Amino acid sequence: MTTATQTAATGNHLSTGAALLTLMKLRTFIALFAVIIFFSIFAPNFLSTANMILMSKHATQNAFLAIGMTFVIITGGIDLSVGSIVGLCGMIAGGLIMYGVALPLGYTVYFNVVEVAIIVAIVGIVIGAVNGLLITRLNVAPFIATLGTLYVARGMALLYSDGQTLPNLTGREDLGNQGFSYLGSGSILGLPVSVWILIVVALGAAYFARFVPLGRHIFAVGGNERASRMSGIRVNRVKMFVYMFSGFCAAIVGLVISSELMASHPATGTNLELNAIAAAVLGGTSMSGGRGTIGGTIIGAFVIGILSDGLVMMGVSSFWQMVIKGLVIIVAVVVDQAQRRLQQRVTLMQMAKAG
Amino acid sequence: MNATDDGDVILELKDITKAYSGIVALKKADLKLRRGAVNVLVGENGAGKSTMMRIIAGVERPTLGEIWMDGERIHLNSPADAVRHGIGIVFQELNLFGNLSVAENIFATREITRGLRGIDHKAQVEKANEFLNRLEAGISADTLAEDLPIGQQQLVEIARAVSLDTRILIMDEPTSALSAAEVDVLFRVIADLKARGVAIVYISHRLEELMRIGDYITVLKDGQITGHAMVKDIDTRWIVRSMIGSDAKDFAKQVEHEPGAEVFRTEDICLPRAQGGYAVDHVSIGVRKGEILGIYGLMGAGRSELFECIMGRHEHYTGKIFVEGEELKGRDTTRRIREGLSLIPEDRQREGLVQSMSIADNLSMASLSQFLKAGFHIDLKREKEAIANAIRNLSIKAKNPDLDVTSMSGGNQQKVVIGKALMTGPKVLLMDEPSRGIDVGAKADVFRTMRRLAGEGLAILFSTSDLEEVMALSDRIAVMSNGRLVMVVDRKDATEDMVISASAEGHKTKRMHA
Repeated sequence: MTTATQTAATGNHLSTGAALLTLMKLRTFIALFAVIIFFSIFAPNFLSTANMILMSKHATQNAFLAIGMTFVIITGGIDLSVGSIVGLCGMIAGGLIMYGVALPLGYTVYFNVVEVAIIVAIVGIVIGAVNGLLITRLNVAPFIATLGTLYVARGMALLYSDGQTLPNLTGREDLGNQGFSYLGSGSILGLPVSVWILIVVALGAAYFARFVPLGRHIFAVGGNERASRMSGIRVNRVKMFVYMFSGFCAAIVGLVISSELMASHPATGTNLELNAIAAAVLGGTSMSGGRGTIGGTIIGAFVIGILSDGLVMMGVSSFWQMVIKGLVIIVAVVVDQAQRRLQQRVTLMQMAKAG
Repeated sequence: MNATDDGDVILELKDITKAYSGIVALKKADLKLRRGAVNVLVGENGAGKSTMMRIIAGVERPTLGEIWMDGERIHLNSPADAVRHGIGIVFQELNLFGNLSVAENIFATREITRGLRGIDHKAQVEKANEFLNRLEAGISADTLAEDLPIGQQQLVEIARAVSLDTRILIMDEPTSALSAAEVDVLFRVIADLKARGVAIVYISHRLEELMRIGDYITVLKDGQITGHAMVKDIDTRWIVRSMIGSDAKDFAKQVEHEPGAEVFRTEDICLPRAQGGYAVDHVSIGVRKGEILGIYGLMGAGRSELFECIMGRHEHYTGKIFVEGEELKGRDTTRRIREGLSLIPEDRQREGLVQSMSIADNLSMASLSQFLKAGFHIDLKREKEAIANAIRNLSIKAKNPDLDVTSMSGGNQQKVVIGKALMTGPKVLLMDEPSRGIDVGAKADVFRTMRRLAGEGLAILFSTSDLEEVMALSDRIAVMSNGRLVMVVDRKDATEDMVISASAEGHKTKRMHA
């Protein structure tokens, strides 16, 4: 008799556990809907098209960085340098348009906008490669290596113009370098260009994670580096790739922000790496590596973007905004941990019952 | 189960089940511990003895089941809880702080203090010496723990447990490092504790010891209690029968086939040890197509290191490796796999599996390049077919390959690791202790698979420290000892005595040199 009730109780336990688990797995979606519903009730004009477009532009900046960050975190690393890379890349873009590159003998070479974008992207990738080399070849912990490049890149951005803003990046007709504003302010079919680029990069990253061996290997390396090595995965190559890709994503954001403002400011992107980490974590990326999805990260980035814009529209003070953002992140991680524990318990219980 | 006189029960485990990811270590086990008696626990390696003790000591929590003490249900959530309930334990592995003195070790977490003036070292040393003298250990309490030989360290552990003034004292193989004289002293101490009403739990593999000091005996097998009796009613034959059970190990029948040409050879593989000497000492060995070569050796014989050298995991090894007559260049696991070598590592959890990935992803992770279209695009359909094939061929019990690999039993996890290695299409398969930590049924499956693969022409090198296994599975037997290859012999010419004496060979010669 007692055993019968006991089994019934544990059985009950199991099914409620499973239900709770499903709910927790959907938490990012639930959070997204929650913020949208909340602000459409409490913030005036929240649902207007103009506001939607503005918010998606803001969220896009976080989302780019968060995509790169997701891959890095899945390998078990972290990239703190992305905010500084945004600043440095923005400055280089502005400088190339305003001043070109001075060659000896008094010549100056100017590049058109496409060339500028390519050069800036390469700069981002190179800084990422420096991170990667520090981590793989010199065995520096990712946190420290990228903390170092965070300072170096920011310092270089400030040195570049002596701390000054580079204003008015319209270019000159006789130099053929006009049209920089298209990236930040142009639109195709009513959607901002930067959002289109995000769609391309996000789909590309999601494809890469599922259909390309190197992308699959990212997950293996983060889940168990030793086992990956024993299985013939070139771990260093995988790590180099994720930091270079993260640098590339940061370069895009640098270009987009400068283009939007038509000016480059050396402090641009300060603290953006924290938003990126928050978005990735909110989207279900595990800080211990091995788990995460691009889709989840994008939703996470939008939750954070909508949250901060919505709070501004409601007139909440920026001090409170910081508090609220911090709390949301903490709750996300607590729920994540709880989910993992619950998952483990449910599996173990099932195994124990199966004998 | 024998009916036994019920005695004075102090602690009772009821229906305890403990599941780890991948393995159920205890299945509905019941255990009664009696006051003022030595309660003996026996069982083979992996039977669940240590797990049970860890539960009583509060180190692990049971997944299901209850613990009752003196007629009340208790919860042991931490070792501190257990200590509060008067439970002390001497672990199998030594748990001393090497950088602290013996006295500090004995009084760790309950230091004798003099108010604000801090720890009273003098009093601690005095009291510690008292306990040590009772053990006739001849240890001074102010020596550093790491300066003591291993047997004396074990005595310190015992002194610490005794000093706790426990009501239940668990000793997990306390005599494994003790000399005969030290064992005698320990037994006197145990008799003394028994007289004072302490319940002793005694775990050991030495049957004669158990017969000498045990009062009650409980036998565990595969996580279940298979026998319980009073020691005076039984003999060692009864213990062995309960421990091993009727089902002897199931080795696959040998498939008769002639091994082909030599596909794999090493020449003079050497791996220096950091402390001097060689972990792998000039090993030259060859394997033929379709042949199973078993490498027998004790712990630390250098088998795993040899395999790691072959896979290019060590930068500093010297020697040559040939596959089908071609010498392999470079020290790069990725290339070695491409060249037709594959290793199933000894430590499945640390080196075999990626725990965060699904069964399917684990199987295909080493061979993704085989499913490429246009050089970069993985053809998911072909990948899925290959995974389904591997699951079928190895009879892996996976209802849904997309589930986490940790949701499977240890035996099936091992099969996944084997499947991953086979999917790379190797010519030579290296298996380091392929049957470690898996249950009887899975073992039989793994052995059958090895036979089948050899029949299909794969060359297999496997290492084991199980004598029965090496005798039953190999076509040829190699014995390693202290880094050296001391013997290679055809199985039909090998005897168990030969293999055992060879496995100690490496140490003997070394002593002669020194």
